[in-house]
Amino acid sequence: MKLTLVTGLTGLLLLGTIVELLRRRQLREKYGMLWLAVLVVVIPLSLFPRLLDNVAELLGVASGVSLVLFLGIVFLLLVCVHLSWEVSALEEETRTLAEDFALLRAQIDADRAARDELVSTDG
Amino acid sequence: MVNGKRTLIIIPALNESGSIADVVGEVRGELPGVDVLVVDDGSTDRTAAVAVAAGALVAKLPYNLGVGGAMRLGYRYARDHDYDVAIQIDADGQHDPRYVPKLVDLLDDNDLVIGARFAGEGDYTVRGPRRWAMVMLSAVLSRVAHTKLTDTTSGFRAANRRVIDMFATWYPAEYLGDTVETLVHTARRGYRIRQVPVAMRKRMAGTPSHSPARAMIYLGRAFAVLTLALIRR
Repeated sequence: MKLTLVTGLTGLLLLGTIVELLRRRQLREKYGMLWLAVLVVVIPLSLFPRLLDNVAELLGVASGVSLVLFLGIVFLLLVCVHLSWEVSALEEETRTLAEDFALLRAQIDADRAARDELVSTDG
Repeated sequence: MVNGKRTLIIIPALNESGSIADVVGEVRGELPGVDVLVVDDGSTDRTAAVAVAAGALVAKLPYNLGVGGAMRLGYRYARDHDYDVAIQIDADGQHDPRYVPKLVDLLDDNDLVIGARFAGEGDYTVRGPRRWAMVMLSAVLSRVAHTKLTDTTSGFRAANRRVIDMFATWYPAEYLGDTVETLVHTARRGYRIRQVPVAMRKRMAGTPSHSPARAMIYLGRAFAVLTLALIRR
């Protein structure tokens, strides 16, 4: 009973955190939805840890808790890979921005030099 | 103009204020009528100011992107300003601009021309893992490109319009990607690659690394980059 209280409260706390972050627009919706979907699975499991025992038996896993642990690690690994992918995409975007910025600055410098030359030959 | 072609010399530079003025000055002296673009790759010293004073065009990146990042910027500049030929030269003064007309000549029948050490001219020698890496790279890349390539990591290259257009949109920023991966990519798309022997000089500033551990790491990374390049589309 104690354990159920700990896991259940943890689950609800996570849910509260995600909802609050979404409410304050600190989390992009695509990530918020992902974590909410995860919590929809996690909270019932935190209240009734034996829920997956039948599925675990079917897959040859000793207990439902082990199965949840395994699936959790696989899921977190996938999340990490996804984040690396997102960062790579972001780096490519910032690289392009940096190049655009440098090209614009070079263009401005060239225009200014041309104008200065014009002014000095006129005057 | 070199041989009637509008030519842009691209010099990627990171903290090269010690040598950039001499390099720019020499290029402009040897090759009158070409434009020199120094891409300042986020230097913290006065590289950009020194290059401007030496008479180069300067594009200054807001932060360091690596040689590949600097080069894509250079090729974008070449494409946007309608150059016929873009030539990459190192900022440390090891490439002799007197070879440029030779490279440009060969662009009549080729799309990408590489100025290569160890190809008969000059007295550049390398030993140990660094040498193994170079042997491996040149063996594999020569097969891929259907031409003899002995110095695949050379930063002395000339590109025609077709290759400028490609490099302006696609140029990897990763380590060794600017040399090894671009060669695989270019060769696979049917562009003709050719190397010419050039003599390399001692760097005007900076020192090359000679630690054996670093050489081993270099070999490992070269192998990884090459493998990735080959399995990529």
